Amino acid sequence: MTAPLLDIENLRVTFPTSTGPVDVVRGLSFALGRERLGIVGESGSGKSMTGRAILRLVRPPGRVTADRLHFDGIDLLAQSPRRMRLIRGARISMVMQDPKFSLNPVMTIGAQIAEAVLTHERVSRVDLHSRVVAMLEAVRIDDPDRVAALYPHEVSGGMGQRVMIAMMLIPQPDVLIADEPTSALDGSVQAQVLDIINEQITSKGMGLILISHDLNMVASYCERILVMYRGEVVEECRADALADARHPYTRGLLAAMPHIDETRDELPVLDRRAWTTP
Amino acid sequence: MRRVLREESVRLSQDPQTEPPHAPRRSPAALRRGARAAAIDLGSVLVALALTFLGLLAITFVIGRVVPIDPVVAVVGDRAPLAVYEKARAEMGLDRPLLVQFAAYVGHVARGDLGLSVSTGNTVAADLRRVFPATLEVATLGILIGVLLGVPMGVLAASRQGSLTDQLIRVVGLLGYAVPAFWLGLVGLAVFYAHYRWVSGPGRIDVYFDGAVEPRTGLLLIDSLLAGDIEVFGNALSHILLPAAVLGFFSLAYIGRMTRSFMLDQLSQEFITTARVKGVPEWRVIWRHAFKPIRVPLITVVGLSYAGLLEGSVMIETIFAWPGIGNYLTTALLNADMNAVLGSTLVVGAIFIGINKMSDLLYRLLDPRAR
Repeated sequence: MTAPLLDIENLRVTFPTSTGPVDVVRGLSFALGRERLGIVGESGSGKSMTGRAILRLVRPPGRVTADRLHFDGIDLLAQSPRRMRLIRGARISMVMQDPKFSLNPVMTIGAQIAEAVLTHERVSRVDLHSRVVAMLEAVRIDDPDRVAALYPHEVSGGMGQRVMIAMMLIPQPDVLIADEPTSALDGSVQAQVLDIINEQITSKGMGLILISHDLNMVASYCERILVMYRGEVVEECRADALADARHPYTRGLLAAMPHIDETRDELPVLDRRAWTTP
Repeated sequence: MRRVLREESVRLSQDPQTEPPHAPRRSPAALRRGARAAAIDLGSVLVALALTFLGLLAITFVIGRVVPIDPVVAVVGDRAPLAVYEKARAEMGLDRPLLVQFAAYVGHVARGDLGLSVSTGNTVAADLRRVFPATLEVATLGILIGVLLGVPMGVLAASRQGSLTDQLIRVVGLLGYAVPAFWLGLVGLAVFYAHYRWVSGPGRIDVYFDGAVEPRTGLLLIDSLLAGDIEVFGNALSHILLPAAVLGFFSLAYIGRMTRSFMLDQLSQEFITTARVKGVPEWRVIWRHAFKPIRVPLITVVGLSYAGLLEGSVMIETIFAWPGIGNYLTTALLNADMNAVLGSTLVVGAIFIGINKMSDLLYRLLDPRAR
């Protein structure tokens, strides 16, 4: 295996509270190559904070520490804010959760995508336009000229998320973090959006971190899976070996999943005493 | 069961939303419809404006009839014999039915006739043409100070929330609420006029320069520039600076506070994180992404603040002997000069209506969601 794109050891995200500091991510370690890694966990397990910590976008008073937080040999924790901005977008990018809130309401879609390019490159107006149009086509938007002139409130959620993907991939980053990219979308368009992400990642040979609470979804789009619980990784396995997961939390989650060909009166509830030490 | 399914599928096929998501470009017919819609829009705006103004007229008219001030007595005096009183009353048209009187009133106002002022002996319209520009001048300068300083201060405070800068700016804002206008005006005069002589004292201009330039707009700063008289301009400027600064300080405090809270609200939105993920520089995140959406609510804040200043601050106009509408209205009230009171009220009301409509129109221009 070549040197990993992301090399993280003992990542910690801490927030001060009235009862003292609380670690929302505690001692997370993993490496990411040009592969698809899924991070699953319930709400509050620290999976989104992990994504933001990699980009150093945890807002104060939150604090990020790590023994190692390297990207392509660059120590992310040692970078000045200015140098960090050169990495964000251009080399590591992130697709956010809900296009309703994560797209600027008073900028046209075309302007927002163009901004992602212009932040990192000097491009002529003609080239810029053709690149924006090509990128919109790549995320399967027909009539990209028209869509580029629209405002975010004028498009559907699914289209908004495709715009988001286009915006985050147009500077051709090496790593994409997708933070629950489909949880705000209808079931019918979820698969479409994930297929687009998948297609783009594999064709460009990028690294993907897919953050989700949907075990099945992550298992079908990723090669490796990290299961997080209360800020810690409790299980790391290959996606096709998920059925052999050993940790009681993962086993509990798997057992709680309904299957289409079975009849159950009651779905089991997680018994958290099984793995938390008193 | 099957029937339900069939109905479902029928409904789906009729669903207007199932038409192709990418509708063709607008046809010429659609564009004509758009133009017509815009015309209807403008028409409805004008009708609404006219109705609001009529309501304002009705209110001033009713005020004029219900206040315990007899306009006839104000003209003939309280010792006039009954016959003279009745004759004057008939001449003033006050014996006619109220509706007729109202129609006549609307007619007069439409012709710009606001009646005679008993206290000054001029027509109210002429008086207002004289006093309103004085207020307009100082209020405009005041709101300029308030916007040009208040908005950047609010943005700065919000982008450094919790820092020393933020604390200082918040204290300034708090002072704007806590310090009485008359105190600040008097201290300003004592320090900058009486002690340092940096500015001129009360009044719009030194007596020496009074009437030196032809009053074309009534705004001394502009009239003197039009006449090319720099000396008069400088003198007028040194008179207006202090009252404008005091007014500006109060609007700055309000505008700055509102800007700060609007900005804090925007900066916690997800699309700000999106911009940062893209690697957008911080100044651009603040001005382009966070500030742009708040222009719309800021317009309301600035508009209301400006309208408030245009009403004329009685305190400030009294302390600085400023011959503005606030001063005029107060004097008229104390002298039971009803025509002058109603005329001034009408002007103030019209300003509020005008500024509100203006901010409505600006909304549509600036917010793509309101179009």
